[in-house]
This record gives sequence, C-alpha cells and structure tokens, in this order.
Amino acid sequence: MYSDIEMREAYAKTVEQLYKNDSNVFALEADLSSSMSTSKLKDIMHENYVNVGIMEANMIGVAAGISCVGGYCFVHSFGQFLARRAMDQIFISLGYADLRACLVGSDAGVTAEHNGGTHMTFEDMGILRALPNIEIYDVCDSVQFHNVLNDAYKNRKLVYVRTFRKKQPKEIYSEDSSFINSGANILREGKDITIAACGIEVNEALKAADILSENGISAEVIDVYRIKPLNEELILNSVKKTGRIVTCENHSVENGLGSAIAEVLGEKYPVQMYRIGVRNYYGQVGNVDYLMQQYKITAEDIAKKADKLIKNK
Amino acid sequence: MSRDLQSTADLIRYYTLKELNHIGYGHFGGALSIVEALAVLYGDEMRYDPKNPKSQDRDYFVLSKGHAGPAYYSALAVSGFFPIEKLYTLNANGTNLPSHPDRLRVEGVDMTTGSLGQGISAAAGMAYYLKSKNMPNRVYCILGDGELNEGECWEAFMFIAHNNLTNLIVMVDDNKKQLDGYTTEVCNMFSLEQKFMAFNFNVAVAKGNDVNSIKSCIDNARQCAEKPSCIILDTVKGAGVDYVANMTSNHHIRLDDNGKKSIENEINILEQKLKEGGLL
Repeated sequence: MYSDIEMREAYAKTVEQLYKNDSNVFALEADLSSSMSTSKLKDIMHENYVNVGIMEANMIGVAAGISCVGGYCFVHSFGQFLARRAMDQIFISLGYADLRACLVGSDAGVTAEHNGGTHMTFEDMGILRALPNIEIYDVCDSVQFHNVLNDAYKNRKLVYVRTFRKKQPKEIYSEDSSFINSGANILREGKDITIAACGIEVNEALKAADILSENGISAEVIDVYRIKPLNEELILNSVKKTGRIVTCENHSVENGLGSAIAEVLGEKYPVQMYRIGVRNYYGQVGNVDYLMQQYKITAEDIAKKADKLIKNK
Repeated sequence: MSRDLQSTADLIRYYTLKELNHIGYGHFGGALSIVEALAVLYGDEMRYDPKNPKSQDRDYFVLSKGHAGPAYYSALAVSGFFPIEKLYTLNANGTNLPSHPDRLRVEGVDMTTGSLGQGISAAAGMAYYLKSKNMPNRVYCILGDGELNEGECWEAFMFIAHNNLTNLIVMVDDNKKQLDGYTTEVCNMFSLEQKFMAFNFNVAVAKGNDVNSIKSCIDNARQCAEKPSCIILDTVKGAGVDYVANMTSNHHIRLDDNGKKSIENEINILEQKLKEGGLL
C-alpha cells in the first residue's frame, strides 16, 4: 500500500521492492539517509546501498559509472545539493554521456521549512530543465511518487523527481488509480479557467477550484506532474476550452512549470495567463503555511488571480 | 601481442602527432605525456576485444583528463578498435571523433569525459559495481596533475579508499604543467605522494615515460589487496617530441608554419624508426 504514507516511506519502499526483483538496482545517499528513511535499506540491499558521504558531485559520478557497467541508481539528496551543487556532473556525466539514473531531490521549495534559505530550492526544476534528455517531475502524493519511480526504473530513464519528504496534506490519488505516465491528469473538469499545478500546489489548486465554484466559476484543475516533457496536447485542449490559465508551483515562476506552459502557449495558442509561484525571492525559515502566504502560493492567492483573469475578459 | 611495448608507444605517439598535425592545433603536451601509460594499458595490461568493444569481460579505462583524447584515440586505433583513417576526422564538422572522449561516438570509449574531475568518479562507480558483483573486470583511470585541483577528485579518492576498490588503478600524469603554467605556481599541491598516502592509497612513482617502469608499478599494484593503488607517472609534458617538450606553454598549441615544419620533422623521425622496426 502506498497511499497515505510519508513520501520518504514511499521512496524507501519502492526502492526496496525494485531491488528485490533486480539486483542491479542501487540506492545512493550523501549522508541524508536518516532524513529520507533509507537507512534501513542498508541491511536489505547490502552493497547495493551506498552512502557515499557528503559528496554530491562524486555521488553523481558514481551513479554514472554504475550505469555505465549495467546498474541503475536511485540517487537522493536535498534538491539544492543535486540541482545546484552537482549540476555539471548531472549535465556531463549523466545527460551528455547519455547515462541513466533516477535523481530524487527532497524538501521541494517551502517544504524545507526550518532549514531555511540555504536549503530552500525554488530553482531546481529551472536549472535541470536545461538538459535536453532529462525528465522532470514534481510529485503531489505517495501513490504518484511510487508510480513515477517505477516508471523511471522500468524505462531506465534519466529523471529528476522533486518531492517533499513527509505526508501529503491530502491524498490526490487512490491506491487503485490507474497510472499511465502521460505527464498530466485532469483532476476536475471545468469550463471557465484552467488551473495547472504541480507538487504541493495540486492540493491548493483543488481548494482554489472550490472557492471559485462558490462564486459560480467553473475551474478545470490539471495536475501537471511532469514538467519536462510537458503533455502539451492535454494543456492546449484545456486552454482551448477555457480560454485562460493560472499555473501554480512551489518554485520560482522563472524556468519552472509556469514558464514551460507559457512557452508552449506563446508559440501555439496565446491566452491570458498568470503564474502563481515565487517571484524573485530566496528562501527563508518558516513553516509551510507561513511560507506559502509569504510567497503568495496559497489556494486563496490562486482563486484571487483566477477571478481577476476572468474579470479582465 | 607480439609488438613490444616501446614500439606500441612509438606507434601511438606517431599517430597522435599525425592526427593533431592534420588539424594543426590541439592539446599536444598532455596527450604526449601519457603515451607510454596508454601503451602499457592497451599493449599489455587490459583485456579487451577491439571487434567487440562492449564485451562483458573487458576491462574499463577512463581518461579523466579528457583533453588528452587524441592520444587515447591513437591508442584505440593502433589497438584495432577503428581504422587509422578515422583519426584524421578529429574535430571535423559532424565527426565521430570529438576533441574529448565521447562514449556515444568512439568505439572503445566507455566514459565521456572532458569536464575535469568527473572521470575519476565514474571510474570509481564502475569499480564499485564490479566489486559488488565479484566480477573480475578491472578499471584504470588516468587523471592529470592539474586536474587534481578539482575537489571532486578528492571526493572520489576518499570513496575509493573507503570502499577499498583494489580493482581500480588510479594513475596521475604528473607532467608538472597545467594550462596556465607550472602546477607548483598555479596552485601548489606539494607532495602528491604524501597526499595519496594520507588518503590511504598504496602509492608508487613510475618513470612515466618509461614503459617498463609503468609496467612494473602496475604489476606491483595488482598484488596489493589491502589498499587501492595510485601510480604517479613522473612525466614530461610533450614527452618524446622535443619541439613540444621544450615549449614553456605547451598545453594547447596552434601550429604556425614553423611549428608545422617542426612537428612534421618529428613525425618523419618517428616514421623512419617505425619503418626500420618493420612496424609501418
């Protein structure tokens, strides 16, 4: 069962399960296994579990080397230590060399909470979007996370999955949700406006749709869990119906979900748009609720901007 | 292989020069300094099948100092991985022989390198995997001395020592110079030998342009099970080619008319020697 468990539990459980069926599965950590609940994997995976120490650059290179010889690594660290610190290693030793690994960056955006600005990544997706052959995910619950990890392994992809570590505020997918990796799912149909969200913002988008519905506005909510490559068709079809869109992300509005969608719409079907996300700020300490208010990424912020777009008609 | 190691080195050097002279520029210094190491690896030490470059029982080689790619390519061509003619496509538009090693384009190259510091981590990953599976394949990696400025190298060395990856032999091309000058002047690393000993390596210093010295160091390294081994190759940047070796700045050279003449002269001398030995 993957529903209603912490994201880190879902991670450890998925990796364990994959390893039990394939001894070429490796799990790499850089001294954050206790944070990610993977310490217990050491006794299960033995030498296939590698805590390299605090050396993210080397960890990526080791994953590339293991991939070269036939293994597949699940590589975890906090997002900033992968995307920011080890960008060149990811770029050259994995991406350019066409070697594969599943990179998992935890504590996405405001979920870094008390670790504050040094650990708060609003740019990880933006940095890694620059790689031509990577897939980028921002997951919203444990069932989805499990499925994305499975898909990465099954198809031996180079992926970056950003996630929070603990429990999702609300289950979005049930255990028996059929999962086809289409990159985006319509969670709620509507006709007046499209709300496209990823990660923890999916729950905010659903709440915003409730608020809007009280005002007689019918919002279509899409969980765009794969930022690269985008499911362009699904997004375009929705926007052709609603005529406007709000994007929502726990990430900078630069180079994340909003940018990716704006690029598609700008070329193919320009409509009125607003990007909910962090606008030109570094992170700071605080709890998730406080930080979401600070960066104006709450359900109320989404509803307000959606309402404004509709009134601008 | 019937060819002796010195003849293999001469052939690798000869074709490295011809390859670089063909385009008139390149990383002459650091390519020439590792010729003997490549000759020992490809002429004697490593298991490989040039007709089946991905064979399961092959040994792996990673050129972490990727800018020496032309010497690596010459060694691969001399070893039969691809025809000698391919060497003259180096850096041509649309080529499958780019300046820095590319595992997707060059037969026999297992790891793409060129961003210094990264190759050794990949080599460590390969060795870790092979050791974890009790596989007999070995891994060899050559780093540059200047490359050791990169912190990632030392991360990798810690990882290699901690996991006692004795199936990996680390070789450092200590040619004393990096792009901007002498390594002691750019960022003095002091004693490499002591540094590697402090990182818990079994350290040997080889005469890095002497095939017999390199071979005996590798033989000794293979006997050591307690620690991973590092062989410091005491080399000359531009070794075997006086015109290059005598230049102060010989990391990357663009040949002018005089330079071309000098390199062609060096090529002729080598060619004569190789012909006399029946190798050409």
